[in-house]
Amino acid sequence: MFKIVNQRQLNDAVFLLEVEAPFVAKKAKAGQFVILRMDEKGERVPFTIADTDPEKGTVTIIIQAVGYTTKMLSTLRAGDSILDFAGPLGMPTELEGAKRACVIGGGVGCAIAYPSAKALKANGAHVDVITGFRTKDLVILEKEFQAVSDNLYVTTDDGSYGEKGFVTNKLKALIEDGANYDLVIAIGPVPMMKFVAETTRPYGIKTLVSLNPIMIDGTGMCGCCRVTVDGKTRFACVEGPDFDGHKVDFDELMNRNSVYKEEEREADHKCKIGWGR
Amino acid sequence: MPNMSLKKVAIPEQDPKVRARNFQEVSLGYTKEMAMEEAARCLGCKHKPCVSGCPVNVRIPEFIAKVAEGDFEAAYDIIKSTNFLPAVCGRVCPQESQCESKCVRGIKGEPVGIGRLERFVADYAMENIHREAQKPQINGHKVAVIGSGPAGLTCAGDLAQRGYQVTIFEAFHVAGGVLVYGIPQFRLPKEIVEKEVETLRAQGVEIMTNMVMGKVLSIDELFEMGYEAVFVGSGAGLPNFMGIEGEALVGVYSANEYLTRINLMKAYKEDYATPMRKSKNVAVVGGGNVAMDAARSALRMGADNVYIVYRRSLDELPARKEEVHHAMEEGVQFKLLNNPVRILGDEHGQVKAMECIEMQLGEPDASGRRRPVPVEGSNFTLDVDTVIISIGTSPNPLISSTTNGLETNKWGCLVADEHMKTTREGVYAGGDAVTGAATVILAMGAGKTAAESIDQYIKSKAN
Repeated sequence: MFKIVNQRQLNDAVFLLEVEAPFVAKKAKAGQFVILRMDEKGERVPFTIADTDPEKGTVTIIIQAVGYTTKMLSTLRAGDSILDFAGPLGMPTELEGAKRACVIGGGVGCAIAYPSAKALKANGAHVDVITGFRTKDLVILEKEFQAVSDNLYVTTDDGSYGEKGFVTNKLKALIEDGANYDLVIAIGPVPMMKFVAETTRPYGIKTLVSLNPIMIDGTGMCGCCRVTVDGKTRFACVEGPDFDGHKVDFDELMNRNSVYKEEEREADHKCKIGWGR
Repeated sequence: MPNMSLKKVAIPEQDPKVRARNFQEVSLGYTKEMAMEEAARCLGCKHKPCVSGCPVNVRIPEFIAKVAEGDFEAAYDIIKSTNFLPAVCGRVCPQESQCESKCVRGIKGEPVGIGRLERFVADYAMENIHREAQKPQINGHKVAVIGSGPAGLTCAGDLAQRGYQVTIFEAFHVAGGVLVYGIPQFRLPKEIVEKEVETLRAQGVEIMTNMVMGKVLSIDELFEMGYEAVFVGSGAGLPNFMGIEGEALVGVYSANEYLTRINLMKAYKEDYATPMRKSKNVAVVGGGNVAMDAARSALRMGADNVYIVYRRSLDELPARKEEVHHAMEEGVQFKLLNNPVRILGDEHGQVKAMECIEMQLGEPDASGRRRPVPVEGSNFTLDVDTVIISIGTSPNPLISSTTNGLETNKWGCLVADEHMKTTREGVYAGGDAVTGAATVILAMGAGKTAAESIDQYIKSKAN
């Protein structure tokens, strides 16, 4: 059993869980993830690690309550426990050598972008952060990002907070203004990552994306998470989840992520797709 | 007076039509009377050819003699002295190519049903023998075992009996490895695996689940933590794909994924959260035991038509004869001498058919089997909504890629000698991680050999 030591609501649907998992906390690096199972009858669902405290032995994950398991998780409070919690899985994000980076988070993807921004800043890089949300009520982690970035640009689709528009508009403007990035990291909904990759492609800026295919074991055993990168089949759970955004087949990923849509509807909106990251 | 019947005593089974739609065990097992009657077929040969066919050297004629006498408890003790998982082996061992293949009675007629008798004795013991587990005298030495499949469980059990403090590290949330994620409930009930694992725990073996070794802890760290030797039994879990067009379509599974969803994550039970596609027409590509398990599971999940698509003929099917026989009885359709060319999708990116080509057998290849060659222009399409790829697995690189000095061969298998010693001091390995995908019993044999080697290694260091 893995005890929840802290729970915090970030917006209506997004909340944070700090979980006691000393082995994972000691080893985890930016970009890696855990797989958890809530209870005996639960599914195995991956969540990217949002933060760790190796001294305290805790791992923080940020969850959007959109499906069956994530909604169940949203009912847990400090003091409750999660049955299974395995990690750190996947390869850490390759941040070495980056001098001027732009980290982009879309919606709950910000939770995953945060550790990368934090690590880049700690490495001494110049870090710009662009976060994008649909509307003001959904904005999360503003203070946290401010602390680990040189410039933070918050955008909302409807203009109710920060700048109106998509993250890609802001990114393009910054590049055109001579930001001179050597690394762009984009984490968020698949279409957002796809368009960020399209935005940076003409400028030839290295662009990493963190993919969120459906997974079961997270150790390379089932092949469920396979994605096509540069024409080759890769297992996101062991070779990723980060890949070169200019080489990922995003359309195939979107299609594969829709596999259990029908079962979800039938189960009366009990989302079972394990799409929590 | 031996029972000279040429045939084994028949074993009761669920009716094929009924069982093809449920997950309960196919074979119901012998009664006491049947077991004693079958045991009487054993001639008790002095040279014991059967024992040489068993990777863990079960003292077969001795235990069978006890069954014939009706002393099942004594029979159990004899089996258990060399085999930690008799209830498992009695169900999933390929006896036809091991112990039973050497049986003198098999020269004329059927060999003695050694597997069936082993299963009977193990089940009898689970039901009727309730003894306190004997905790051996602790010798103060710690050994780590990575993986809780048949190799790891056997190695851990053997070492615990010798007094070692053993910790098993398992990546999944439950112990058992392929016994719980791979082999289906109807062939090996999970309750049986659980009981065997409980027995180990009672002997003092510690099992830590959710520990993905190579990620959460390295082998170097295990040594730092005071473990004096490490056994790697991490299996061959990496699924191979064919590399044909359409493998990324929705509705294409590896057999590992399909079986894991059903067996480990219990997708066949209504009250479990793991989702599963509702398939009507399913093609399983491959001809091994795993392919049979996937095909028979698909029937039980409610598919109307399930096809085994295999590129060679019936004679070359690598699956156990009993599995093929059961699959046919249950209504799995065998598309032999057929090979997939590509998988076709509909406008939503979902599988709608698989294009195949007919094959014919040519000259024998390196494996000694006749090489299948395509018959030009014989392409046809099979209307299916689900394709399950079951063409084999490779060892997982998580351990080898994070451990210095641990060599692998070109297939990614850990290099180990006949004593299961790897290229790194203090590290031993066995089972599918070394051999590539093979059988439960071979993995158990390797785990046993490794335990003996580890015992010698630690003793030699202590002196």
